[in-house]
Amino acid sequence: MNSAAVKPVINPVYRKRLMVHRVGIALSVFAMSLGLAFLVWILATLLYKGFGALSVDMFTHDTPAPGSEGGGLINAITGSLMLVGLSTAISTPIGILAGIYLAEYGEENKVAAITRFVTDIMLSAPSIVIGLFVYALYVANAHHFSGYAGTIALALIAVPVVVRTTDNMLRLVPNSLLEAAFALGAPRWKVAMLVRLRAVKAGVVTGVLLALARISGETAPLLFTALNNQFFSADMNAPIANLPVVIYQFAMSPYDNWRSLAWGGALLVTFSVLALNILSRTLFSQKIPN
Amino acid sequence: MNTQLTNEKAAAMTAKRKTIEISGLNFFYGKTQSLTNVNLDIHEKQVTAFIGPSGCGKSTLLRTLNRMYDLYPGQRAEGAIMYRGKNILDADQDVNMLRAKVGMVFQKPTPFPMSIYDNIAFGVRLYEDLSKGEMDERVEWALKKAALWTEVKDKLSKSGLSLSGGQQQRLCIARGVAVKPDVLLLDEPTSALDPISTSKVEELISELKLDYTIAIVTHNMQQAARCSDYTAYMYLGELVEFGETDQIFMNPARKETQDYITGRFG
Repeated sequence: MNSAAVKPVINPVYRKRLMVHRVGIALSVFAMSLGLAFLVWILATLLYKGFGALSVDMFTHDTPAPGSEGGGLINAITGSLMLVGLSTAISTPIGILAGIYLAEYGEENKVAAITRFVTDIMLSAPSIVIGLFVYALYVANAHHFSGYAGTIALALIAVPVVVRTTDNMLRLVPNSLLEAAFALGAPRWKVAMLVRLRAVKAGVVTGVLLALARISGETAPLLFTALNNQFFSADMNAPIANLPVVIYQFAMSPYDNWRSLAWGGALLVTFSVLALNILSRTLFSQKIPN
Repeated sequence: MNTQLTNEKAAAMTAKRKTIEISGLNFFYGKTQSLTNVNLDIHEKQVTAFIGPSGCGKSTLLRTLNRMYDLYPGQRAEGAIMYRGKNILDADQDVNMLRAKVGMVFQKPTPFPMSIYDNIAFGVRLYEDLSKGEMDERVEWALKKAALWTEVKDKLSKSGLSLSGGQQQRLCIARGVAVKPDVLLLDEPTSALDPISTSKVEELISELKLDYTIAIVTHNMQQAARCSDYTAYMYLGELVEFGETDQIFMNPARKETQDYITGRFG
């Protein structure tokens, strides 16, 4: 009976919704490309200028004296590794244990609630304030800048990151898993350490790596504490060279070889942070608690 | 003929031996009362099933038997639960020791984030100091009890999470059996499983009752009829009827029970 082709009827409500959808997508893509463009610009500049500065000398020579030719960053690289390594070694156990405490007792206990609140404030505290704090308490009393002071400042920045991720991860563990462990007659500490922490091991390691990434680029707290050292030194009780402060000083210098080394250092720091982020992402995506 | 009678009597006597006697049990979640004056005996080496509509308090009752509710502040029980002559609701009851004797398997499989072997050994290590060889034997024994051994014997070092849902649940049963408890509490152990895994677990229950006293909560009335020796029908936090399973299903004393088991309600 109805042999004529049925014309598709476009519902006006649907047509309007389609328009809104297209405008929305267009705006989102524009915003995304704006953000991405700047990121690519920054990375491209860094790669262009940084790769030019990369050389074997960078890994074999100390930072050059003013007016001298060439030079490298080995003292700053070593210093940075020592500072970041030691502060990670300090902040990891403290952060994880504090995170376990918050996850276990955070619901029932005033002290834990206050600790969690303070940790959140510490997370967003400007790093220069933390540097100033260590300067006033440690450097001013010891009467000299030192690697130890820098380590303390970096650890103070890393601890809240580790605490918060550990706490958040542990809270993801379903109650049913904990009950299953308790049902076997396991004491609370064994449930916390052997079952709960193990269930989110990958997430906790991610937190440590993110903290590591965060402190490896920090400059402000080191200006007040570790300062810098033109020569190679592994003495943590004396001023010690480190990449962020070297970049800061060299980038603003009038010497071409200094500025070039600053770019090289910036490239090194950026790529280590990038590598840490990728590593933590792959680790975390592997295991997510049931 | 006379000896046969005595044997039957003796069998009836063993069957009637009580492992747990619950009397005047009230339970509260904060201010809400969820169990009211429950009186019930759980018999040794028998399967006791708890049935009833959602929210009737059957899981709550099960969770009082190993004091699982203790983990949550605000939950409390009143009355008496005599387990082998001792009131386990007493404040001086060591809950870890109790839970080592009264094991529990949950609705959802809960393998620990460790190897299949360590999943079994975890509970054993808490209370026994076994040599490597003895532990190997115990793990094999428990996995055989749970009818899982042949499926996992070549991958004991693999993660417990790598098993299928039905296998995970049998792993959890093996874990509960490995510590050689006295009583096993099963909280809807098959509700997350497919029919084949369910029938495996049900076979397992009838095997396990030779050695253990079992209490099972189930939503599935056929399951209660198939697996249990005693059945308790609960409604709104009260025990409506309790008796031998055959009697409850064939000839219930209360009309409410009949309505529920015939599907006219619930």
